[in-house]
Amino acid sequence: MRHTLSILVENRFGELARIVGLFSARGYNIESLTVAETLEPEISRVTLVTTGDDRTIDQIVKQLNKQIRVLSVTDLSAQDHVEREMVLVHVNAAGETRQSVLNLVEIFRAKVIGVSQTTLTIEATGERSKVDALLRLLCAFGIQEMVRAGTVAIARPPVEVNHQTPVRELVDAKG
Amino acid sequence: MTAKTATTLNDDTKAVTSYRTPRKGARILLEALVHEGVDTIFGYPGGAVLPIYDELARMPDQFRHILARHEQGAVHMAEGYAKATARVGVVLVTSGPGATNAVTGIANAFMDSTPLVVITGQVPRKMIGTDAFQEVDTVGITRPCTKYNYLVREVSELAEIVHEAFHLAGSGRPGPVVIDIPKDVTAELASLDSMGKSVRLPGYQPNKRATTEQVERAIQRILEAERPILYVGGGVIHANAADELLRLAEALEIPVTPTLMGLGCFPSGHPLSLGMLGMHGTYWANMAISEADLIIAIGVRFDDRVTGALDKFAPHAEIIHVDIDESSLSKNVRAHLPIRGDAKSVMHQMLTSLKGGYSPPLSVSSGVESAETNTKAVTRYCTPRRQWWQQIDEWKEFAPLSYENSNEVIKPQFLCQELHRLTNGEAIIATDVGQHQMWLAQFYGFKGPRQSITSGGLGAMGFGFPAALGAQLAFPDRQVIAFVGDGGFQMTAQELSTAVQYQTNTKIIVMNNNYLGMVRQWQEIFYEGTYSAVGMDGAPDFVKLAQAYGAIGLRASKPQELTQVLKEGLSMNGVVVMDIVVSAEENVYPMIPPGAGLKEIVLR
Repeated sequence: MRHTLSILVENRFGELARIVGLFSARGYNIESLTVAETLEPEISRVTLVTTGDDRTIDQIVKQLNKQIRVLSVTDLSAQDHVEREMVLVHVNAAGETRQSVLNLVEIFRAKVIGVSQTTLTIEATGERSKVDALLRLLCAFGIQEMVRAGTVAIARPPVEVNHQTPVRELVDAKG
Repeated sequence: MTAKTATTLNDDTKAVTSYRTPRKGARILLEALVHEGVDTIFGYPGGAVLPIYDELARMPDQFRHILARHEQGAVHMAEGYAKATARVGVVLVTSGPGATNAVTGIANAFMDSTPLVVITGQVPRKMIGTDAFQEVDTVGITRPCTKYNYLVREVSELAEIVHEAFHLAGSGRPGPVVIDIPKDVTAELASLDSMGKSVRLPGYQPNKRATTEQVERAIQRILEAERPILYVGGGVIHANAADELLRLAEALEIPVTPTLMGLGCFPSGHPLSLGMLGMHGTYWANMAISEADLIIAIGVRFDDRVTGALDKFAPHAEIIHVDIDESSLSKNVRAHLPIRGDAKSVMHQMLTSLKGGYSPPLSVSSGVESAETNTKAVTRYCTPRRQWWQQIDEWKEFAPLSYENSNEVIKPQFLCQELHRLTNGEAIIATDVGQHQMWLAQFYGFKGPRQSITSGGLGAMGFGFPAALGAQLAFPDRQVIAFVGDGGFQMTAQELSTAVQYQTNTKIIVMNNNYLGMVRQWQEIFYEGTYSAVGMDGAPDFVKLAQAYGAIGLRASKPQELTQVLKEGLSMNGVVVMDIVVSAEENVYPMIPPGAGLKEIVLR
């Protein structure tokens, strides 16, 4: 099964290599990997998508926790969370096909971020399945180049039901 | 500052003042080692560590440096030293080949959880990444075989890193830590605010205790069990928990089977001891763990050499697994009650909990009998687990450890028994890997912890002799023996030079069958007897080899000569190599074929 792990690690020289090395040394799969600083610059967040049965995932989480500089490991798949991927595409869009591509952009709530005589550059974010679907449809026009980022994911904050809280604030809190 | 003003300052101020006096990185490193209580360093100099060796020469009162003849030997020595003393072993080697030669030793320490700090020289910072002379990516190479490793980037962080490295190596599940230091860092001048005192490792929580609920559940399950067994390993020794184990086993009257790494954590002659389990373990220990209804596993990792085929392992047993390393729990075999904790504190908690509501049977004698007289303790039959003990005794009678002795050739098993008799089971013995290692495990009968020093996880030939030398350097007056095969000895025999240089009393027993015996055994059994590259023809005359190094060489080739040679060799002063020519094609039994279940044990 597919699991999205959110790992907080001290932002130090060589720590990412330790995490990646652990996966290759023990034969675990990395489907995607995203790393960036958190609000505290000395801590990085690694969002890692992997696959495996329950026992493998259990071992992966334990092995990650065993890393000296890893501060926490959360299996987001075990809880309510949101995942997003991002893709940038140069797609053929000359002549009358341009409008068809623009229609797709609108349907997928993507963005046109660049244009040339024969192509459009599209930025799209969404769940993996949405990005997959968009790419499948764009293939029909001819994709010149495609760059896809790894998954980022965040747990949904627990929403406390409090009848005193105006609905407006709850919505704001959820963003 | 003049000497006069210094004398007027109080001690504290003096210390701070002396820290603030700028000194070289090399000096800071060595002072940091003194701060950690280090007095012995195993090493080998070279270009990148010249500044460190230069400072070392100025501190003869603080350090004894043992010059190995190969960096692998230096690391194995440090491991033998650490295993025998429960201290952190320290190694100092140069960059490039110094570091790569050390890797086998580091990997060995990693697999067997031995606390080491290995300091490697590195090319100057500006040259890193330029494929400079004697440059390798030491941190990259050692990353998968260390508990942690460092590249020191600033001299200002050196003292803190050393302190952290010792903390990491020795705490939790111990292991080797590498500190890679560029040459220019050791030559640079810096002042210090203080020596490392605290560590800031927010992601590292090595010491976990069991919860009261876990302890009570474990005790309850143990009291309910009809066929319990204690399966214990190296973790008990690392935690210095042999006393707790003895008290727990006796209080609950549970049979105990140690792993190879656990040999000596429970006295082998004790009536509750079943001897080693696993691939070459005793028949009754393997049967007992297979038929047990409760396995209390402490400080073990369910290694494949112990479990055999996982799907056939202990089908009826509920498993309580105590280990300091969370990732060991349910890694190979699912634990019903996993307890993360240090073996000593968890067993102590269990004993305390027992005192509360359970009175232990008074029937077991705590006296330690010798391995030969380890027969059933009649008193056991008073306990509620009478049937279980009866069954174990039946297995023991059905297939005791045995071999056919001979008047013509020395049987290796007989050699191990004689060694036990002549040393009273009290020697520190280090081995390589292979047949000799298994026979020693079966027939020597270690009395206490930290006597058996062996390469378990990595299975590194060449480990035994330098490891014995390291243990001997820690305990100059104890009987320390390297028990090695003729193959393994030839991998690190050059350390004879080290043993002689430092005037040790190390004894080396070469169990010489002129074969790579365990490989030969597998070729005989699993490859239709096709012997491929296992004959050691061309081996040196070990007696003359010893003499060439200035050591003493003795030889026994007939059973009639054995006892005399062992007696003489063990009692002599100095380094003695005893070349014991044994029957060449003897096999180690019992044996569980690889991939088979424990009950598919082959007795002969």
